[in-house]
Amino acid sequence: MSAVLEVEGLRTHFFTRAGVVKAVDDVGFALERGKVLGLVGESGSGKSITGYSIMGLVDEPGRIVSGSIRLEGAELTRLGREAWRRLRGNRIAMIFQDPMMTLNPVLRIDTQMVEAVRAHHAVSRAAAIERCREALAWVGIASPDERLRAYPHQFSGGMRQRIAIAIALLNRPAVVIADEPTTALDVTIQGQILFEMQRLCRESGAALIWITHDLSVVAGLADSICVMYAGRIVESGPVDAILDAPLHPYTRGLLDSIPSRNVPGRPLAQIPGMAPSPFALAGGCAFRDRCSRASAACAVAPAASRPAQLRTLRCVHPLQ
Amino acid sequence: MTAVAEAPLVELRAISKRFGEASPLPWRRAPVVHALEDVSLVVRAREVVGLVGESGCGKSTLGRIVSRLLVPSEGERYWKGRPYREFDASSQRRERLAVQMIFQDPYASLNPRMRVARIVGEAAVVHGLASAGERDDYVAQLLQRVGLDPSLMRRFPHQFSGGQRSRIGIARALAVKPAFLVCDEAVAALDVSIQAQVLNLFVRLREELGLSYLFISHDLGVIRHVSDRVVVMYLGRIVESAPAAELYAHPNHPYTDALILEVPRIDARRRRYVPIRGEIPSPLAPPAGCHFHPRCPKAFARCRTERPLLREVAPGHLSACHLNEAP
Amino acid sequence: MRIATTPVQVSPPREEGAESPWRLVASEFAASRLALLGLALLVVLAVVAIAAPWIAPQNPYDLAQLDVLDSRLPPGSQSLSGKTYWLGTDDQGRDMLSAIVFGLRISLTVGVASTVAALALGLALGLAAAYVGGWLDALIMRVADIQLSFPAILIALILLAALGQGVGKIIVALVTVQWAYYARTVRSAALVERRKEYIEAAKVLALPESRIVLGHLLPNCLPPLIVVATVQVAHAISLEATLSFLGLGLPITEPSLGLLIANGFQYLLSGKYWISFYPGLALLVTIVAINLVADQLRDILNPRLKR
Repeated sequence: MSAVLEVEGLRTHFFTRAGVVKAVDDVGFALERGKVLGLVGESGSGKSITGYSIMGLVDEPGRIVSGSIRLEGAELTRLGREAWRRLRGNRIAMIFQDPMMTLNPVLRIDTQMVEAVRAHHAVSRAAAIERCREALAWVGIASPDERLRAYPHQFSGGMRQRIAIAIALLNRPAVVIADEPTTALDVTIQGQILFEMQRLCRESGAALIWITHDLSVVAGLADSICVMYAGRIVESGPVDAILDAPLHPYTRGLLDSIPSRNVPGRPLAQIPGMAPSPFALAGGCAFRDRCSRASAACAVAPAASRPAQLRTLRCVHPLQ
Repeated sequence: MTAVAEAPLVELRAISKRFGEASPLPWRRAPVVHALEDVSLVVRAREVVGLVGESGCGKSTLGRIVSRLLVPSEGERYWKGRPYREFDASSQRRERLAVQMIFQDPYASLNPRMRVARIVGEAAVVHGLASAGERDDYVAQLLQRVGLDPSLMRRFPHQFSGGQRSRIGIARALAVKPAFLVCDEAVAALDVSIQAQVLNLFVRLREELGLSYLFISHDLGVIRHVSDRVVVMYLGRIVESAPAAELYAHPNHPYTDALILEVPRIDARRRRYVPIRGEIPSPLAPPAGCHFHPRCPKAFARCRTERPLLREVAPGHLSACHLNEAP
Repeated sequence: MRIATTPVQVSPPREEGAESPWRLVASEFAASRLALLGLALLVVLAVVAIAAPWIAPQNPYDLAQLDVLDSRLPPGSQSLSGKTYWLGTDDQGRDMLSAIVFGLRISLTVGVASTVAALALGLALGLAAAYVGGWLDALIMRVADIQLSFPAILIALILLAALGQGVGKIIVALVTVQWAYYARTVRSAALVERRKEYIEAAKVLALPESRIVLGHLLPNCLPPLIVVATVQVAHAISLEATLSFLGLGLPITEPSLGLLIANGFQYLLSGKYWISFYPGLALLVTIVAINLVADQLRDILNPRLKR
């Protein structure tokens, strides 16, 4: 099955007064129809900027320096504004952590949703409303007619996020990028949304990139995982392989830090130190200051290797 | 002798808190938020009580009532057996310092225009725990204790990372030699690897300094790791309370059950999520009877009309559910 | 599709160099050439104003030095005693250059002094209103509302008519007119800040209330105040000029720029433009310089996205 989204060698750099920040440094992966990719990393890892780069939302002082992003065969990095406008919300959509980044607080829900439909399809308003009702039903919102006439502030956080998801899916995009959509929500609401997203991807065949810092969330949802650190993908592969048999010390460290993997009352296994400042990235492996397996060989940035089919790794001292 | 020595450190009896009903004038009544309803809680010396629940459950409000930032609408608070009221006078300031709070937002909880040395040391100097000349040494010791380099004390908060700011907040609380810490979502805003470091710090400080904690969080995994006892809240009421291991092994209340089930676990792959239906009701209009009945898969007629009371279902294990009572 | 093109913020470096928040402001301020130009201009004007007694060729307030025969001379003409009137003379025989320099001194003094006093008064009242709340808040804000609903000039005119002339009195009038802006600004900033967790932390640490308000709350309410203050200096100066132009506020023997403009007004159409024109130009340059600085400050001190 050919990939619906292919990213190769993506580099997004920010040219600030204080220096160049290599927020995304040589990132690549492929996404197939109906599959879920978990893009996992902590703050400063570059995972959100990867998502923004794919959507073409990176503004000055940042820009995509090199690399290729192919959506259904079309190269995205060279598109003009009009071409982007036709793609965004249509073939590729994004869901943000804060649903108010999607929803306009002064417009009614139906106005916003109809606008999203008619921006890409020449249909009558009645047909557009029908599509909106369908979309709201998909995301499990009962009595859609009432909801359509309401304003965003009349909804709870979980409902708003569901509406934002409905808007993202209105035009049946091929790829949906979700940037930490459930981080700010309660556990029970998160559970509902994960359930909806799973079902929706299965049914509509959309490919999903789920960006998060929470490995436990992607464990239940994703088919494959990419782990990011300091702008690079340090490890990627099928979800079972990564979570049961991680090769990169950082992945292992992340897994071990999770409280539920530790004995209550005993100290948690922790990764010493902090993530390096993006302005102070020396050459070589960015993780070596915190890695118990580091050696002189780590002063050279490890190239991506293929320890198994479907797996990639950037480490010269992998576990196992 | 024995009676006094065994008095719990902090005790809350039948605490209720409502927001918005200040004015007696009929045209100025704001809608009333029932943040807490008849909550009783006990924390003993050297104990960690974990308080868990979702938005609107009132756990943050409860934390602020314990730390004196808020006054309850009803009910009494006790410190070492004596009512909080007895410590209101300004002469009792030192006693009030025994309960301190660690806040959630590592960015907003530090004064952005103050150097760390002053943030951490100011209260100690004001209350006479250290003289102005000794302040910097005092602060240096505290920073070391929380794992920060003392030479950084001349810096401002924006020059630190989230995890470091959390530690500064902890140092600030420790500066006044508290016995009891209210940790209000203290690790929620941190990355997983930093969270592990800060949680380890909490555990170590508890051992070194003999502290007690009221640890408030929405994260069940974190709560399980640090708590001796866990209290589960829903929409202003306590629904279940048990020793930590017991709660996770044998949850009684349907809400606790759902919470534990909903938590994403690393070893559950490609789960079929079976979510609990419905939204969390607003504290402005809580459902009658048991607050959880609209979402409860096991609700029956009695649940809609009568509020369940906390009853002991196993030693030390309390739960508020009609299902526990023999029909 | 309502996706905002979010300007993606990258967190700033955690360096030793730009330490204090104030120093950060200074370095960002310096990024705009125009603002630096404005600041340089202001410094020059301030120096000129302070050094007026020494650099002005003539003391325009000393009636003995004036020679009415020299009145209304065009720029560049020579006096009988050999001095050059670089910018001409007015109808009293005053050297325009000296008059402008001294007038600038008065204008800047009045502008800055009234702004500082109004800021102090507004700050105190606004903080009290925000922190105490309740009836005090309502009282102070209603007084401010009433005040702000009248045109500033009207209030100042009435006050000055009652108080009479003089630099001190005009400052009182300007303070009365301006304190409400500061009070409002401080109050809204304080209302936001007082909910923040660092204030709660200060309360849990049982710090005395006065310390919390003055040491913790106040410094964080300053940025919007500074912006308002810099703009208001210009406003105060032009207000004073207006009042002097209308004949109130300052006596004829101590003319500010406004009064100088008023003096020359009658001569504008008869070709003796310099009597009004050059003071007007000086006033313009002053206000533009202040506004350049204020604009840049406002841009920098805007509340930012959280890092």
